Amino acid sequence: MSLLTISSLQKSFRTPEGGRKIIVDVAEFSLAPGQQLALRGESGSGKTTFLHLIAGILAADSGSIRLGGRDMAALGESARDRLRAETIGYIFQTFNLLQGYSCLENVMLGMAFGGGSNRAHATAMLERVGLSQRLRHYPRQLSTGQQQRVAVARALANRPALVLADEPTGNLDHRNAREALALIRETCRENGAALLLVSHDPEVLGAFEDVRDFAVLNRALQEAGS
Amino acid sequence: MTLALIILRSLRQHLLSTVITALSIALAGGLLMSVWVVKVQSQATFTQVNTGFDAVLGARGSKLQLVLNAIFHLEASPGNLAAADYEFIKHHPAVKLAIPIAVGDNLRGYRIVGTVPELFSAVEYAPGKKFTLGSGQLFNPVAKEAVLGSFAAQKLGLHAGDTFHPFHGLIYDERNQHAETYLVTGVLAPSNTPADKVIWVPLHGLQTMAGHDPRAATDVSAVLIQLRSPAAGFMLDMMYNKQGNRLTFAYPIGAIMAELFNKIGWFDQVLTLIAYLVALVSAGGVLVAIYNSMAARRRDIAILRALGAHRRTIFGAIVLEAAAIGFLGMLAGFAAYAGILTAVAAIIRAQTGVLLNAWAYNPVMLWAPLGMIGLCALGGLLPAWKAYRTDIAENLAPVS
Repeated sequence: MSLLTISSLQKSFRTPEGGRKIIVDVAEFSLAPGQQLALRGESGSGKTTFLHLIAGILAADSGSIRLGGRDMAALGESARDRLRAETIGYIFQTFNLLQGYSCLENVMLGMAFGGGSNRAHATAMLERVGLSQRLRHYPRQLSTGQQQRVAVARALANRPALVLADEPTGNLDHRNAREALALIRETCRENGAALLLVSHDPEVLGAFEDVRDFAVLNRALQEAGS
Repeated sequence: MTLALIILRSLRQHLLSTVITALSIALAGGLLMSVWVVKVQSQATFTQVNTGFDAVLGARGSKLQLVLNAIFHLEASPGNLAAADYEFIKHHPAVKLAIPIAVGDNLRGYRIVGTVPELFSAVEYAPGKKFTLGSGQLFNPVAKEAVLGSFAAQKLGLHAGDTFHPFHGLIYDERNQHAETYLVTGVLAPSNTPADKVIWVPLHGLQTMAGHDPRAATDVSAVLIQLRSPAAGFMLDMMYNKQGNRLTFAYPIGAIMAELFNKIGWFDQVLTLIAYLVALVSAGGVLVAIYNSMAARRRDIAILRALGAHRRTIFGAIVLEAAAIGFLGMLAGFAAYAGILTAVAAIIRAQTGVLLNAWAYNPVMLWAPLGMIGLCALGGLLPAWKAYRTDIAENLAPVS
């Protein structure tokens, strides 16, 4: 049984000329529980939009996104927020940590809107990513590699069924990128979370057994290319 | 818990604007409460202060001027009464007690008032309270001696055993010094009435001071009267004010003072209006402060939304943050209130001798803070609406 099933998904945006441009057009896509899949795609190919649609951050024009048996498209915004908070962990390229909050508070906020904050669990997550000495530090006091580890801890703190990672190593050097990627994959495995990662970096993609080309998946790109 | 954390962190992130906005709220709230309390307290105090008398008899003129002069020791005397008039009212069957006073001299701006010792022995200036001596003893009615009100003694630096020369007139002019030397025999304990800022001397001494008109040596400036019954007051009012045309009978004192406040009511209204406007502008300051920071907040809002926060959670957080600024401002507002009222009370005490009960509870201390917090929350609605509409995807750059 699939954790995530997508069919006939379309998303378009208004162009400056007043027309509409289809950015994402995915006929079929699915992800099994615990599966780790990498999507290869160039910048501007609509990968982030695809992840935003799965996360319920954007509403689709048409099609269906079933996550854990519930159809995102059929839900109202509040219900999508709730489903996202409970089911999805999101790791961003630029980490998107809240600068005014400590590492521990950032991780606790990752849990707050879903099952509720748990200080002990948030602390354990930060210990798991090797930041037990940085609980009260603020993001600006950390290296970029450490910031990404906080982002990983935050994404997984709520024990999500699905982790979305958007170019998670794009801002890291080679060594940190390797370590971050290993950490994301390990922690997802430990938590039983499926991982859907998008990247254009061959080194990152090379670490995955299961890689698919977003250009093949997204018919909008095929039409634009033809 | 989460909402509180978001609000606290946001207040801290925008600390400077939080502090400046809260200070403006503090000043507005402090001003609003001060204006209100001074208005209510002064009206209540000045209409209740009668230093134990029901009425004042004086020369023909304004009742208000008579009361201000004889009870509050402000204003010039409207003129004198002959000794016979005093004797007549003193022995009138409707009158329980009549105390004559004579004014016309000062000591470095503090009024010298001539009176009789009965003022200190027979009069309760407030129920159950008589004037008492803080130090020394009462003056001898036939000697050049003086008893000072506590405030006047403190300001003039005089104690029992000191001497002074009076100055002619109610306004201090160093060229108008009398030759007589007066001995301070005592200082009254504070009564928080206008008597505290007066230098009391024997009536005869003031009447016969060198330089005063010898033809008026037995005249008095006014007679302070205690009546046997309220009906007597209306009877004497009819006799002096309606049937007679030489003297003025000021009765009842509280109503005459209330008339004064009615006359200057417009001034209260202007002050209150200004205080309301300041409060409104301060609440507007909250709106502007938060609204101007929205650009900087957008990313944080988008992140919180991406983590699953509902739009209404973000909306509520901004409104509550505005209310929190109002709350913090009003906490400081009580300090501003204390400062303003202490200064105003000191000025009123110096001018009138009356001490406002600045710390007595007044409902404004409840509704003004609640009102300011409510206004601030209203001021937060517009930025909250902007936050509510923040697009997550647009503010979670970059897009790959």
